Amino acid sequence: MKQKHLIEIAVALMLARWKQTLVATIGVTFSIALFISLLGFMEGLNQLLDGLVLNRTPHIRLFNDIQPSKIQPIDLSEQYQNYHNFISSVKPVNTRKEIYNAQQIIHKLKNDKRVFGVAPKITAQVFYNLGNIDLNGIINGVDAEKEAKLFAFSDYVIKGNYRELETISNSIILGQGAADVMNAKIGDIITVTTTEGEQFSLKVIGFFQSGMAEIDKIQSFASLTTTQKLLGEDSNYISDIQIKLKDLNKAPALAIEFEDFFKINAEDIQTANAQFETGSGVRSIISYAVGITLLIVSGFGIYNILNMLIYEKMDTIAILKATGYAGNDVKKIFISISLSIGVAGALAGVFFGILLSAIIDAIPFSSPSIPNVTTYPIDYGIQYYLIAIIFAMVTTFLAGWMPAKKASKVDPVLIIRGK
Amino acid sequence: MENSTVLEARGICKSFYNPVKIDVLKDVSFKLKRGEYASIIGRSGSGKSTLLYILSTMDTDFTGKLLIDGIDLHYKSEKELAAIRNAKIGFVFQFHYLLNEFTAIRNVMLPGFKLNKVSEEELESKAYEYLKDLGIENLAHKMAYKLSGGEKQRVAIARAMINDPLIIMCDEPTGNLDSKNADIVFNIFKELTETFNKTLLVVTHDLIFAEKTGRIIELDDGRIIRE
Ligand SMILES: Nc1ncnc2c1ncn2[C@@H]1O[C@H](COP(=O)(O)OP(=O)(O)OP(=O)(O)O)[C@@H](O)[C@H]1O
Ligand SMILES: [Mg+2]
Repeated sequence: MKQKHLIEIAVALMLARWKQTLVATIGVTFSIALFISLLGFMEGLNQLLDGLVLNRTPHIRLFNDIQPSKIQPIDLSEQYQNYHNFISSVKPVNTRKEIYNAQQIIHKLKNDKRVFGVAPKITAQVFYNLGNIDLNGIINGVDAEKEAKLFAFSDYVIKGNYRELETISNSIILGQGAADVMNAKIGDIITVTTTEGEQFSLKVIGFFQSGMAEIDKIQSFASLTTTQKLLGEDSNYISDIQIKLKDLNKAPALAIEFEDFFKINAEDIQTANAQFETGSGVRSIISYAVGITLLIVSGFGIYNILNMLIYEKMDTIAILKATGYAGNDVKKIFISISLSIGVAGALAGVFFGILLSAIIDAIPFSSPSIPNVTTYPIDYGIQYYLIAIIFAMVTTFLAGWMPAKKASKVDPVLIIRGK
Repeated sequence: MENSTVLEARGICKSFYNPVKIDVLKDVSFKLKRGEYASIIGRSGSGKSTLLYILSTMDTDFTGKLLIDGIDLHYKSEKELAAIRNAKIGFVFQFHYLLNEFTAIRNVMLPGFKLNKVSEEELESKAYEYLKDLGIENLAHKMAYKLSGGEKQRVAIARAMINDPLIIMCDEPTGNLDSKNADIVFNIFKELTETFNKTLLVVTHDLIFAEKTGRIIELDDGRIIRE
């Protein structure tokens, strides 16, 4: 028995009921197209939202926390060694925010294979002077080049060139919110007062927008040197070391390791932003559940149509069996009908899925918090296509299997006598 | 070889249970030799079709022994029975049965696809020859559902012959034919038995047809009453 002839029979049966076959195929097409575009869209959105935080947050941050000493004088006194000593309102003394040996730590981290990149940072508390009014502000001293490479700094500088931080001395990139309040334009000179009481003039070379109004109203960026000058510190002064890892998931373990090794405080991104992971996970689960439900429903469509076809084509099945076709041949015929519907539906589904994704991808979407995004995000990951196709093949096969088995069991005598 | 037995039925009994037991066939035994042209006659309801379904291996629910070409069909699997049916038995139903999705000639070729012994072209020319013998070669490429009852029946006869079976069983093959076409069918069958040494077993109500065959088996109430 040649497959070709079984397929010829299958095709003839499908053509005899082409409308129903088409409906079943459209069902598969629809579910696959939706599955692909839904998951692509959801994942695109997830990546966008996660990226909002994850892209610009260091995976591990090293800093010196201002804490009171754990050992107080009374603990050293021999007389009270074996007592429980309660001291209230303990104040820290003489703790500096500076990281000692920052250069050595950075050097060591750069040679660590698990680390993708390291960027130093200084935070300086200032007041922006606006006539008689002083506004609270924080100036982040950063290495602009590294900041751009590791934390997508350039995406958030919405006006001006961030590279000028290094080339123009005493320059500043103002948060958009702060700039609005100060009515500052590019090229303007603003004055800030440090916590030590000294006044500085800084030239505005750009604006920065993170999308979080609270941050944009307060934060600004300057070069490391400018910030060190502002604080009256030497050129070794660093208050934070930001680390980007090759594998984000190793952050908690490495944070503990670095904390011990460098005798410094370390905070990992998971601890700092616990809520994001959970949100993405739940969104993924929901979209997979919806997508797979669609595929299963289309499987039921095929099951129904095949059942109907078998019921209508009982005579055909009886003749085939009477003329020497085995139950297995009949089964093959109906499974190939089901698989053809599945394959045709899957191909069309992939096509329409890409089309639908492209359409969503072209819909304008702008949000102040995501300055570099102009349309809805879509993830064109191959995995969604593969999952959809594999799942569709499995459901159509199963949906075809049961009716095909029924067809193979048809008793020709009963049908022929029934006439 | 010339006179070897092609089909042997030994004590075949068949009963239906719905809900009371009805014996439709009671101890039916006979042999058919190669080249024999036999007819089965009997009242309506005497069990002729039932017997034919059993002999054609489609109905396996009976007691007794059935041998085709010397092979005992008891304990054969559904697949093996289908293969035997395909290669060794041609069957023409009481009511003509064709696949409406195909042309007349494709219908004739259908058992040949399963047997897969000759190429498709060869099969097609063979099918065309049979249709020509039956006088319907001009209908070869017409869809089956567009044919008249008699035309369908002749297509079914051509289909029964396509695989060169040892034995052809017909359930009222001339039921839908006028006497002229019935004669054509009779003569084709006769030629098959005489020149090609095939065995023909024909159920018929047409006594004139039956008289002309070499052997008459008369059934009444599930028993052979006359040979
Ligand atoms: N599925 C069945 N259940 C119960 N009784 C049946 C069944 N099929 C057939 N019969 C009975 O078996 C008997 C023989 O039927 P069969 O079809 O063999 O008759 P027949 O000789 O071919 O008649 P006809 O010449 O009218 O075709 C009939 O009395 C019929 O009612
Ligand atoms: Mg009958």
